[in-house]
Amino acid sequence: MFLLPRRSLRRSPSFTGCNMEKKTVLRKPKGFIDVYKHKPGAEKDRTHYCPGCGHGILHKLIAEALEDFDLVEKTIIISPVGCSVFAYYYFHTGNLQVAHGRAPAVASAVSRANPDSVVISYQGDGDLAAIGGNNINQAANRGENMAVFFVNNAIYGMTGGQMAPTTLEGQKTTTTPYGRNVKTDGYPIQVCELINTFTAPVYVTRTSLQDMANIRKTRTAVRKAIMNAKEKKGFSFVEVLSMCPSGWKKDSLQSQQWIKENMVPRFPLGVFRDVSEEAETVERPVPVMDTEEVKKIFGYSDFKASTIQKNTEANFKKISLRVSGFGGQGIMSTGIVLANVGMEYGYNVSWLPSYGPEMRGGTANCSVKIQEDTIGASEVTEPNMIIAMNQPSLEKFEKIMVPGGALMYNSTLIDIEPTRNDVDIYKIPITGIADELGDTRVQSMVGVGAFAAITGLFDPEEIVSLIPSLFAGKPDKVLNMNEEAVRKGYDYVTENYSV
Amino acid sequence: MPRMLMKGNYAAVYGAILAGCEAYYGYPITPASEIAESASALFPKFGRTFLQAESEVAAINMVYGAAGCGQRVMTGSSGPGISLKQEGLSYCAGSALPCVIVDIMRGGPGLGNIGPEQSDYNQVVKGGGHGNYRNIVLAPNSAQEMCDLTMLAFELADKYRNPAFVLTDGVIGQMMEAVDLPEPVSEFPDKSDWAVKGTAESRHLINSIYLDHDDLERWNRHLEKKYAAIQKNEVLVEEYMMDDAEIVTIGYGSSSRVLRSAVDIARENGIKLGLFRPITLFPFPVDEIAKLPEKGIKGILTVEMSTGQLVDDVNLALKGKMFSDLYSRLGGNVPSAAEILEKVSELYGV
Ligand code: SF4
Repeated sequence: MFLLPRRSLRRSPSFTGCNMEKKTVLRKPKGFIDVYKHKPGAEKDRTHYCPGCGHGILHKLIAEALEDFDLVEKTIIISPVGCSVFAYYYFHTGNLQVAHGRAPAVASAVSRANPDSVVISYQGDGDLAAIGGNNINQAANRGENMAVFFVNNAIYGMTGGQMAPTTLEGQKTTTTPYGRNVKTDGYPIQVCELINTFTAPVYVTRTSLQDMANIRKTRTAVRKAIMNAKEKKGFSFVEVLSMCPSGWKKDSLQSQQWIKENMVPRFPLGVFRDVSEEAETVERPVPVMDTEEVKKIFGYSDFKASTIQKNTEANFKKISLRVSGFGGQGIMSTGIVLANVGMEYGYNVSWLPSYGPEMRGGTANCSVKIQEDTIGASEVTEPNMIIAMNQPSLEKFEKIMVPGGALMYNSTLIDIEPTRNDVDIYKIPITGIADELGDTRVQSMVGVGAFAAITGLFDPEEIVSLIPSLFAGKPDKVLNMNEEAVRKGYDYVTENYSV
Repeated sequence: MPRMLMKGNYAAVYGAILAGCEAYYGYPITPASEIAESASALFPKFGRTFLQAESEVAAINMVYGAAGCGQRVMTGSSGPGISLKQEGLSYCAGSALPCVIVDIMRGGPGLGNIGPEQSDYNQVVKGGGHGNYRNIVLAPNSAQEMCDLTMLAFELADKYRNPAFVLTDGVIGQMMEAVDLPEPVSEFPDKSDWAVKGTAESRHLINSIYLDHDDLERWNRHLEKKYAAIQKNEVLVEEYMMDDAEIVTIGYGSSSRVLRSAVDIARENGIKLGLFRPITLFPFPVDEIAKLPEKGIKGILTVEMSTGQLVDDVNLALKGKMFSDLYSRLGGNVPSAAEILEKVSELYGV
């Protein structure tokens, strides 16, 4: 019962050149697999579509175009869920069968993985416009290099004739037994019109399979969309109004008539957009897989094994530190710098930020561990050292310190005294020292310098030597100021405390 | 070997690039967004694809597409995002597509919160989508392992043509540690007999439909065999102070880090505590755990940041010879070593 487009009547090669007795035979375009081997059952020479169904015609137009443009081998077709779920039975191309509605998402990745191939997303109305509504819009909006063939038959065929997003007003389906009621079910979605609102698509058109004239127009649209994909012009969208005699409970001819009388008025035919000529080519990068090249990009050769010696006489053998203060006081970077320096010294280190709602405004803090042994928990619950940059931090963290630890606090911003008398207290005008250097932001490095002096773990000049790599890309002025900050913090402690 | 201080989330992306991952498809979600962010910064430097998908669902389906074309491909997410990906994961497993998913677990159910939890255990380890399938699940507990196990995940995913998870929690993702960057992978498996590459020879079919009941049963039996092989070959565990342990603690991810601290403190106090850490959650170290009662231990305490998901598997493995106790913290709270030791003393009188 298929309506055969004219080009399907093909000459058998053996008859060419014999003008008078030229015979026309039917043969499948080479876009189709000769024997439908993926199709279960005995009937491997015919499709699973119902008589009079539009899918067979559209399949044929696609298969023909692929043959005519010599694209069969480089085409990849994405089969959806719906009646065309088995599109892969037929096309002699690469095939991926995918989840309901997701063909455009899958096709996006397939086209990026194989930028030189022709990727086709073949979808029905439930698949494309209902469950996969977002995916088609987003693929269109990204201008993915693919051809989308959208079969609109105003119904869910495969699942037995339920309402589709494109079901017409008043149309009876198995889930709209009283007819689609726009007050409860909404209106038929005009997908071409929707796709046409995006900037990226190059070709958007709606055609129909209702008669030969329209099939011919569909053929033109199919070929243009496929050519666009081949030439990497981007996103082409062809909506095809298509007969579903089984779902509509009509015969073939009535179905064709029904499209003409009911669907076309609601889904006007025509080209909504065609900027294929002007479209820029979609370019995709070539992945770098060569290991030497990969190492070069990561800068493997810039890394040098550290030669810094540990101070075996350090006051602290193991650091469990909390750094805490307002967001913007460089709390996180103080911790990261200390962990980095500790790593260069050959210690095991860990740094853990407080994260989540705490981060937004209020107090930020991080945990730092520096030790010889493997580190267990990275969250410091019992610090032997704290750096408190503001008052709430001092109040919060001095409580959880272990006896004998070192408590450093920023006396520029904290007016109260610590209450603990079983820890060593270092009252340091951290912000003030930074301000004197000319930039409050270097306060974190003042803290780092003071830390080095209190713990004896790090030599200030070793820290200074690491600054260019820690602040890679920063101007010399910034580097110099941070270097000075480390020295000033260090000196403040050694000048005012016996450590 | 370059050593860098980096967050676990970044280390996973470094590992992916070193493992030859060609594409990252993801959707932002705290606390996994840094994976997408660092991938967006790094992947283009290597001419590889980074695409922020329109949804978690789209992301996993893009992964399906890239994997079907033979690429090493990855996505990252957290609890609610993983729930959304389950259908796509089932398709990946059903179509035997290798891919890597990093799950940085957060608090649930529902929107929960963004604090660290381990409550995706069941949905990831048991194969949370429809149908008979499993994910390979690796559970790093350090930044170094985030890199190394991500690389291993790619290898195992390809070896078994199956999705492989890197499952950890917000603490491991957010934490910075030293990472020794390994050599990039130079040899990749040949996928020419199944991957679709847009060439004449690669006109294969990626598909999970088997209409015939016998065909589908056969396919499921094939998967079953594959999972049995994974169970047999790929179990990884770490044991710490287990030789003379009288009480064994079991945990993975950040709980195992706390347990290590607890073991150290216990040992300083003369308590013979040991740590058994599954590194692979599927395959689960069933045989290794089944042997624990033979050691004449006093007790087993499973510690997890979920309400008894891991402990179920521990108890199944113990086959009734012993039962593991459970200590759990939830909602973003991480257990402390002190709490755990208190529990140990309460349960076992030490
Ligand atoms: S149900 Fe409709 S769309 Fe599906 S094959 Fe039959 S006629 Fe075609």
